[in-house]
Amino acid sequence: MTQYRLAWWKILIVILLYYTVIGGFLLPVPRLHILNESIRMNYFHVPMWFTMMLLFTYSVWSSIQYLRTHDIKFDDRAIESVKVAFIFGGLGLLTGMLWGNATWGTFWTSDPKLNNTAIGLLIYSAYFVLRGSLEDETQRGRLSAVYNIFAFTVFIPLIYILPRMTDSLHPGNGNNPTFRLFDTSHDMKLVVYTAIISFIGLGWWLFTLFYRLRLLKKSQDEIL
Amino acid sequence: MKYFRMVMALFLFLSSVESLAQSPETVEMADILRRDGKIYTVVFGLVIILTILIIILVRVDRKIFRLEKQIRNKE
Repeated sequence: MTQYRLAWWKILIVILLYYTVIGGFLLPVPRLHILNESIRMNYFHVPMWFTMMLLFTYSVWSSIQYLRTHDIKFDDRAIESVKVAFIFGGLGLLTGMLWGNATWGTFWTSDPKLNNTAIGLLIYSAYFVLRGSLEDETQRGRLSAVYNIFAFTVFIPLIYILPRMTDSLHPGNGNNPTFRLFDTSHDMKLVVYTAIISFIGLGWWLFTLFYRLRLLKKSQDEIL
Repeated sequence: MKYFRMVMALFLFLSSVESLAQSPETVEMADILRRDGKIYTVVFGLVIILTILIIILVRVDRKIFRLEKQIRNKE
């Protein structure tokens, strides 16, 4: 590997992203009241959360690995994947607000799903604060790994369990139907699955870039 | 009587045709937009954004690759 070549999975992600954007607008969707064409937001809003969740899961796994092995590379992976996951979570919130404005008539309501997601992301933002406040590398790695595990275990009940136990406007909560395997229209399935795969791939690509940049910065610090 | 039956049959047939035709038409979708071809403007816009973003991403990817190579050669 001396010559730069774009990896096959990156090319695949690019193709799938183009399919998502073009197909997401032009392929047929079910005709439903209130939702109208905004149903296409499903192609872009849902994959954000899938990507965020996958990267948060990867980061908590890395944190556990760090606590087990005390290898600093796991700490680097944990922080960089939380960074990318946080970006995708913010995008998910923004697209959700736009969609909510079109269908519920307001950008934000005090709905448990919405509020809990915002709280969850705030918990993760404290992770960055915690890391920024510690100088020593091993101490920072250990404390932030423990905090990351705590944040993840709070995050899951906050956004997936508690909203389902009460009434919520958001689909999939409070006995509302949502995107399900067997009753989603076939036309939508094609694009939804492609969108989820391509955005997860994009998130992973961004994560590898962030991680490699971090390693580069570290090796540069060693040389200087 | 003969005419009545025919008219009745025609009426029932037409009413069923009407109900068939009407049910999907009542939901507002971007049909006119698509017929006018304006939706393609939005799609083109997004394709341009996506293309630029991917070009930037690939360039960053390549830059990182080169830097990694430099550092590997130094060591």
